[in-house]
Amino acid sequence: MSYTAGIDIGSTYTKVVIVEEDGTMLGRAMEPTGFKLTQAAERALAAALEAAGLARDKIGYVVATGFGRHQAGIGDAAVTDLTAAARGATHVFPNTRTILDVGGQTMKASRLGADAKVQSFRLNDKCAAGTGAFLEKTARYMGYRTDEIGPLVATSKAPVTISGVCAVFAESEVINQLSEGSAPADIMHGAFVSLVDRSVQLMKRVRMEPEFTLVGGILRFERMIHVVQQALGASVNVLPGDLVQYTAAFGAALLGQRRLRRLAAKEATHGA
Amino acid sequence: MAYAAGVDVGSTQTKAVLIDETRRIVGRSLTDTGANVMRAAETAFHEALTDAGVPEEEVEFVVGTGYGRYKVTFGNTQVTEISCHARGAVHMFPSTRTVLDMGGQDTKAIRVQPTGEIVDFCMNDKCAAGTGRFLGAAAVALELPLTELGPTALRGERAVKISTTCTVFAESEVLSWLGKGKKIEDILLGVHESIAARSIGLLRRVGIESEVTFTGGVTKNQAMVATLNKRLGLQVNVSDESHYIGALGAALFALDRILAGRAPAPAGRGTT
Repeated sequence: MSYTAGIDIGSTYTKVVIVEEDGTMLGRAMEPTGFKLTQAAERALAAALEAAGLARDKIGYVVATGFGRHQAGIGDAAVTDLTAAARGATHVFPNTRTILDVGGQTMKASRLGADAKVQSFRLNDKCAAGTGAFLEKTARYMGYRTDEIGPLVATSKAPVTISGVCAVFAESEVINQLSEGSAPADIMHGAFVSLVDRSVQLMKRVRMEPEFTLVGGILRFERMIHVVQQALGASVNVLPGDLVQYTAAFGAALLGQRRLRRLAAKEATHGA
Repeated sequence: MAYAAGVDVGSTQTKAVLIDETRRIVGRSLTDTGANVMRAAETAFHEALTDAGVPEEEVEFVVGTGYGRYKVTFGNTQVTEISCHARGAVHMFPSTRTVLDMGGQDTKAIRVQPTGEIVDFCMNDKCAAGTGRFLGAAAVALELPLTELGPTALRGERAVKISTTCTVFAESEVLSWLGKGKKIEDILLGVHESIAARSIGLLRRVGIESEVTFTGGVTKNQAMVATLNKRLGLQVNVSDESHYIGALGAALFALDRILAGRAPAPAGRGTT
């Protein structure tokens, strides 16, 4: 049996997924990326191996992806996060045509062809307002930690309008809203809405088409999925639970399987 | 003797200036704006009165300016900060043709005629990049007090090129440079260069004409003054009171109203 690993070195978290030949996920793990990318990747890989109950030498091929894929110097090959996310998303949802990926420091929209290849994409990695960092900052201004965002926003009744133009300037907006008596949950909800508005803008620029598949860390919030569906007026696909964060790592591992098969085919021809 | 007051409620700090009929500054004060904007305005005003040793009744007219000018509830009227900065700058440095105001949350470029009339202005209030907040973020990331930023940057020799535009991302970039062994002095010099470059971009949009007067809270930062001078190839006007120029402009508008109100007064009622 040949196993492969996909390592997604994101700006905030490094995710690893291990799959077997038929694409079944055997183990996964996540570590904060920090500034030492290689160590983070090694740690996440070791944790995923442990979860899968496999030794490192059982892994036939490692594919790295994410912003740190080259810098980390790990893996047999590197693919862009767009390619990896497209592979992971279409494996589960074959009719995916548009992918929205919102990570800690980036937002990406891509449109796929019927062949599941990326046809066009747009990304924002210049401004925190359209990324997970915006939500983290909004939470912090109100005294909440990142892991409290989910439970907090779940209690919101209606969103408060947050302009969402700048993650730094959001601070005074949030403080003003609090002083006017708005509930932190509703402010957080408002931040979700403004982030989604920006996402939809980006998706329009790639000429979005259904089906839509959402990937990335912030889509683990149930509320975020609802807000996106409302803004699009369409239902969206999301990998269940925390798997949404692993979509690109999963895709990278699946691409590793394809490479392995090609290598095996090559060896077979040479051997014959 | 009658007095006029100007209260400049900025996003970060609130400044108040008291002038006499000869346009001389007799009292000034500075306080953090905080969440209670109305109270900050009152505090600044009363502290300026105390500083001048002038009873409140002798202040005939108060002009509010700055983003929180409508919260100066005791003020007689409001004037935009663009007008006030231009007025204050021309008063303090009569040959001013261009004003660069760098505050806590926005940066403004204003071009004025020899008469002091505003020809054009341009502001960055949508994005924290290139504002005082960018320095604040660097200070937080490096765990330095704001007042240490300038002196530290002045000791830098080779500025580190800061590639991120967004203030939120700059925080992590600063830390990653530190992690890569760059000197704190060189990183901070790079931060100052980056802000200066963006401000000069703003200045170019209104046209840079000598003399250039630098106003706002960031004028206290000598590294910023030095970086602007180097990049502009001229010496910007700054003084110890540059911080108060907006409030001074407001006070001058207030004095205009006092004098205008008095002009049609019957002869013989003149003041000393």
